[in-house]
Amino acid sequence: MAHAEGQQHPISVYLKIWGLLFVLSAFSYMVDYYNIEGYPRWGLILLFMMLKAGLIVAIFMHMAWERLALMYAILLPPLLVLVFVFLMTFEADYTMISRGIFFGPGS
Amino acid sequence: MTQAAVTNEGQARTPPEGWQGIAADWSSDQRAFKNVPWGKAMMWIFLLSDTFIFSIFLLSYMTVRMSTTEPWPDPSTVFALSFGGEKIPLILIAIMTFILISSSGTMAMAVNFGYRRDRVKSAVLMLVTALFGAMFVGMQAFEWTKLIVEEGVRPWGNPFGAAQFGSSFFMITGFHGFHVSIGVLFLIITARKVWRGDFDREKRGFFTSRKGNYEAVEIMGLYWHFVDLVWVFIFAVFYLW
Repeated sequence: MAHAEGQQHPISVYLKIWGLLFVLSAFSYMVDYYNIEGYPRWGLILLFMMLKAGLIVAIFMHMAWERLALMYAILLPPLLVLVFVFLMTFEADYTMISRGIFFGPGS
Repeated sequence: MTQAAVTNEGQARTPPEGWQGIAADWSSDQRAFKNVPWGKAMMWIFLLSDTFIFSIFLLSYMTVRMSTTEPWPDPSTVFALSFGGEKIPLILIAIMTFILISSSGTMAMAVNFGYRRDRVKSAVLMLVTALFGAMFVGMQAFEWTKLIVEEGVRPWGNPFGAAQFGSSFFMITGFHGFHVSIGVLFLIITARKVWRGDFDREKRGFFTSRKGNYEAVEIMGLYWHFVDLVWVFIFAVFYLW
């Protein structure tokens, strides 16, 4: 049986993604260097993070060329972590409020 | 890439795409991941479990940072380095990021040359990847030494602010650095196999006794890109936040 060899793509694809990742990393470093604060800072950091993560998974790890069955099996479960993040923000909030009440100044 | 699957009747058929493809792939007592060697599928599943481990580390970091009443140390100044009397914020971490991204680039090309059966280029690129990885770990060791010896950061306290900073930092970057170190080790082992032409001759592995082929390079690549991927998240939420 003729066996098609795994993932075959031109080298130029990897070089372009490499360049893009460099640029995106430079951008996220610039966010810190130019002291952008507050919501713009967090928004930009998360944006560049997701773009970089997406490029690495899709191109370097070849996920873009895999069948949907594998994509969903691997990429959907980590999304559930967001539920955990949501829960832990509440947990952290009331912990901080309790600390403020019981250990803060004047308590 | 569509690879024809052989049915019971011996006819070749191409599996359906889209949602029908998902249903077809997962049903009727077949292997779920078509066109993917099982070693690669297993590496993906290992990486999924590793994703959860790192998620939980980053989550616990988020929780302690949100719940502390002490001010959180500013990573931008904690990780600053002085060059010629001028302090550049976070510069070491930025260099480490660029090094790790470069190592991912060379690894992706090593996988590509492997499948083209250009074993010398593949092995050399993997060794370059390993070298970048070793540089990364070395810089991390430098960073840890500076923080522990010069700044007095400990898992239970530090001079900058919230005590949880130290424990989060050592836990997260330590576990990541451990992943990089193991990756470097396996890169050297795989590069040696590629160099000797083990995968051209389908030489059996000393441990698994399975016939070797260039899928091993791609599986190694998956692990290495994952290490880079985790660093993307650590860089964003720990160092930049």
